Amino acid sequence: MAVKFEKMSDGNYMLDVQGYVCPHPQLYTKKAMEKLKQGEILELVFDNPSSGESVIAMCQTDGNEIVEQIHQVGTAMHMRIRKT
Amino acid sequence: MQNAEVKVAETFQTKTFEYRNQLRAFTVLGFFAAVSLWTLTTDIRYVYLNAYLWFGFIYGMTLQYGRFCMASAIRDLFAVRVPRMSVGIMIGVVLFSLVSAYATAVGKSTFHASPLGIHSVIGGLIFGIGMVFTGGCASGSLYKSGEGSVSAMLVVLSLSFAQAFFVDAGGWFDSLAPSAWIASALAKNLPASLTPTDGWFDLFIAGHIWNLSSTTLATLTRISDPFVAAFAGNSLLNAILPAMLLLVIIYIGWYRKGYLRTTGAGKYNGWRTEVAGYWSMITASKKTAIAGLILGIAAGLHMWVMQGLQNRFGIFNAGELLGAMGHTSGLSIQDTVFDPGYFYITTQEAQAAGWVLHKFGADNMHNIFFGLENGLPNPILNPVLWMSIAIVGGSAVMALLHNEFKWKWPTLEIAVWAIFGGILMGIGARIALGCNIGAFFVPVANGDPSGWLFFLGMAAGGYLGVKFFNWWIERKMAKEVTGLKL
Repeated sequence: MAVKFEKMSDGNYMLDVQGYVCPHPQLYTKKAMEKLKQGEILELVFDNPSSGESVIAMCQTDGNEIVEQIHQVGTAMHMRIRKT
Repeated sequence: MQNAEVKVAETFQTKTFEYRNQLRAFTVLGFFAAVSLWTLTTDIRYVYLNAYLWFGFIYGMTLQYGRFCMASAIRDLFAVRVPRMSVGIMIGVVLFSLVSAYATAVGKSTFHASPLGIHSVIGGLIFGIGMVFTGGCASGSLYKSGEGSVSAMLVVLSLSFAQAFFVDAGGWFDSLAPSAWIASALAKNLPASLTPTDGWFDLFIAGHIWNLSSTTLATLTRISDPFVAAFAGNSLLNAILPAMLLLVIIYIGWYRKGYLRTTGAGKYNGWRTEVAGYWSMITASKKTAIAGLILGIAAGLHMWVMQGLQNRFGIFNAGELLGAMGHTSGLSIQDTVFDPGYFYITTQEAQAAGWVLHKFGADNMHNIFFGLENGLPNPILNPVLWMSIAIVGGSAVMALLHNEFKWKWPTLEIAVWAIFGGILMGIGARIALGCNIGAFFVPVANGDPSGWLFFLGMAAGGYLGVKFFNWWIERKMAKEVTGLKL
């Protein structure tokens, strides 16, 4: 499975890094956030648990807002991040 | 209404999934308990192997709980400016050093200082690049294997076989050894069966490493009181002060700006704000900090227990115990096996791979690494390998209990990075005489300055690896965003 970075609607983008392990998910997220404009939202889909904590800490450091986190057991994790 | 029904169905599925995971977790735990019970009822001397097993189990659970990984510590700092893991590692170093100091002071430490030399920096550099490519350090790859990551399993395999090949490589590899190493190795008058001048790694060990001195700061400071020497020399000077200094550098370089932004410009109150910020960094990730604390204490206690068992059985090495139990196959020519008496990762994995190669006909007992020092015991009877297997098991139990276990098959790209990075980690670990645990975590906490040399190399390698990956991912992202108006 390759990385997917798609526009879902105006101001909403989706980055799917399922199947990737550290450091790929957090690095792809960083690069994707750099490309977004202020107020736009990135929906991150990943399945590497340790990357999730790095992404949360990265958002705190960069000041980006995590709007929503969904982790339903047995499935991929979703995180919606707003660029501030 | 329809949505509500769907939610009920999802909740039922979730509960079923959780119960199934709990059942699997207790099955794994039951397996290790059964191994312990069976071996102990067969021969009480198996308690020595079981001590490694259960400390390994604790390490595995703790590593998974705190996602404790030194690749993450260095990589996330340089790649995404996240200091969470670096802080956890330093907490672990400080706690481990205090417990180790007490064990040393009362004569219950199994620690032996490593030779001090540039090989630690070079090995650390190669290891550091490799661990960024694989996504996990040596211990991190074991705990991630327990989470079901097949790419981490590939790392463990490639790291193991790379070491086993590397320590026995001859031919053109021998031309890498300076003539001084050959002369020095010959002067050691080693048994002819070891063929010490055949094989680059043998020449490296006998012609170079054995000529280096090793020491701890407790020895260097020449303090006569064992408690003052251990706590002031080993713990304070070699572990606590450098760790605190590194945390100050991390605070200033990576954390302070973000902290001051969240507190607000108008609320800055001089040193009080700075101290509060420093403390906020240390407590930012409670799970990592708790993992560092448990690992530090467990690693110190592990040494204590192993020393106690060695005294109890009147042995210096597990090879003596295995021999007395009738398991003489695979012992070195000194009747020894690898038995550090503390937390270790890579050498036992090299032994396991070496044993497999031996079974396939490799003539790999005529070298210093296997033939003289570590032996090639059957993996089922390799005491330290019990620890590695239990690390995977402990991690699996913790991951299952938190519903984080999932078989994850790597993409082809990730599999290639895992194998290539694992080879680099294996070569680096052998040059440095250990990995992030045996050449860094354990030495720095026990007063051995060679651990900081390895750390320097590992950090530099991590930085280079991140630089490369930044370029690689930027290049791939450029393809992904083609057509997107960003």
